[in-house]
Amino acid sequence: MPWEDPDQAPFIEFRNVTKKFGDFTAVKNLSLKIYKREFFALLGGSGCGKTTLMRMLAGFETPTSGQIFLDGQDLAGIPPFKRPSNMMFQSYALFPHMSVEKNIAFGLKQDKMAAADIEARVAEMLRLTKLEQFAKRKPHQLSGGQRQRVALARSLAKQPKVLLLDEPLGALDRKLREETQFELMAIQEDLKVTFLIVTHDQEEAMTVADRIAVMDKGELVQVATPAEIYESPNSKFVADFIGDVNLIEAKVTEKSDAGTRLTAAHDGFLIDSDQVTEAAVGDTVWFAIRPEKIRVTHGQSGPDAVNRIGGSVWDIAYLGGVSIIHSKTAAENVFRATFANISRIVEDPITWDDQVVFTFDRSAGVILAG
Amino acid sequence: MTRGPTWFNITSLVAGFAFLYLPIVLLVIYSFNESRLVTVWGGFSTKWYASLLQNDQLVDAAWVTLRVAFTSATLATVIGTMAALVLVRSGRFAGRSLFSGMIFAPLVMPEVILGLSLLLLFVAMDTARGFWTVMLAHTTFASCYVAVVVQSRLVGFDKSIEEAAEDLGCPPARTFFLITLPIILPGVIAGWMLAFTLSLDDLVIASFTTGPGATTLPMKIYSQVRLGVTPEINAVCTILVAFVTVGVIAASIVTKRQQAQRERDERAAFGAEG
Repeated sequence: MPWEDPDQAPFIEFRNVTKKFGDFTAVKNLSLKIYKREFFALLGGSGCGKTTLMRMLAGFETPTSGQIFLDGQDLAGIPPFKRPSNMMFQSYALFPHMSVEKNIAFGLKQDKMAAADIEARVAEMLRLTKLEQFAKRKPHQLSGGQRQRVALARSLAKQPKVLLLDEPLGALDRKLREETQFELMAIQEDLKVTFLIVTHDQEEAMTVADRIAVMDKGELVQVATPAEIYESPNSKFVADFIGDVNLIEAKVTEKSDAGTRLTAAHDGFLIDSDQVTEAAVGDTVWFAIRPEKIRVTHGQSGPDAVNRIGGSVWDIAYLGGVSIIHSKTAAENVFRATFANISRIVEDPITWDDQVVFTFDRSAGVILAG
Repeated sequence: MTRGPTWFNITSLVAGFAFLYLPIVLLVIYSFNESRLVTVWGGFSTKWYASLLQNDQLVDAAWVTLRVAFTSATLATVIGTMAALVLVRSGRFAGRSLFSGMIFAPLVMPEVILGLSLLLLFVAMDTARGFWTVMLAHTTFASCYVAVVVQSRLVGFDKSIEEAAEDLGCPPARTFFLITLPIILPGVIAGWMLAFTLSLDDLVIASFTTGPGATTLPMKIYSQVRLGVTPEINAVCTILVAFVTVGVIAASIVTKRQQAQRERDERAAFGAEG
């Protein structure tokens, strides 16, 4: 993996980039390296600065301070129309008065490409995005999914060094969005172009990206592969933002080279983890555990039990493949566990108000600083 | 619920339309009057239209009016469109409200004041008054109307369309002519037509700012009417009314057609998807 190789030169580099809009700081002293042919996702809630970061790369915003490099070239002072990147806009931004093929050819014409070459490239793009039969149509004669593909074809036509995608699938319905995600991945592998996608949808980021940068308040919180981000979040924010998680407030009571023992702050049960934490004995930390890493059984559990949380079933959400069980402890804390519905018929099903025990392994959760 | 029109509805409709159009209908009818006396019907004739063509003064005035209207509408469209772009696009800048207020002020300013102030300006500048001064005066107030019309078109404009063009390698100036202008063109044309019509029928400002040899048609008609209405005037006015009516109807048919075509296309597109 290129990001693990210290000798690898980054393809895109943000170096101490800050962007202020008046008093508001959209991006704070941010440094980030993206490598060639990566499918990289910027993920965060609205107003976290992810779109500003992308717009600075495209040239629509100028950094207040810091530098941006693309393929070794400092982009400062280069206007958007001279940058070797192309962008796919959230609103698609198709030219309403031009047909699909004219939209796709627009960028090539700006480069004064020969007419025959333009025609060939447009045909190739139409084939790639399966739009051949719509070539003569105007954007308003297309459905949302077709417009999205025109926008993609148009931004890929110039064979940019990097393709920027700003919430590219936000306007599509769920099924189409999932299909398109896989199409995007196939196209990226096919063309070997570096893709940078901005999204607020964590599932989308995890599906398409090689690496994800989670952003909050203009700063990077964690940059890692989807699996690392999900399994080893580096902060409470990331654990909470990505996927579903139980966050348990706890105190460090014992620590050694083999692991850490925590005591839950409100319910008093003990947590044994094989993680060696930097927190000192007596510190308050957060223990994050994903619902699917918890087993649910009928039974009782006392306050001193280790890696066992007793409670009564408060709510069950049956989703087909899995059920989500909410259990309320004596101290009125609600924990969630998912329960895979492996058998069609269960003899003694867990139901409302049952006494249940949630158990988990020493390696199932992550200790996060408070 | 009563279906269909009630007597009250019919009466008010007839009364309303009569109020609006009876004078114009009378004017049209009397333009075909054989008699020289305007208020006495003497049989059908088109002779006043023929004699109109012989009336060099009226034909000259009409020609001046069309030239003024065409030039000032074109100039006003350029200036008004630029003003609208600045107002919609440049976000917040110091004095923005002042600027937008100043653009809209002439819309509500009495024409007499506008005309007088322009006259004073031209006198102070020691300009010979004539075609150019009328044309400039019309441009001044018509550009405000154009700015309003174009602005309404620009408000709904997705700025990222221009960004997309730049992103694809098109410099800003070319982007304006290749992308922005074609998209706002309906608004620009509507603004031009409005400016043209405003200039065509303006009497007050033209009277203040004109000079020898540049009498516009409304001025000519007005001065002749003071000496007594002749059937020729009726004929001129009928032609003007026909001109405007045909223009308005043509414009609305074109707009309707485009709308219908667009709706059909959209239905076709979504039908194909499903």
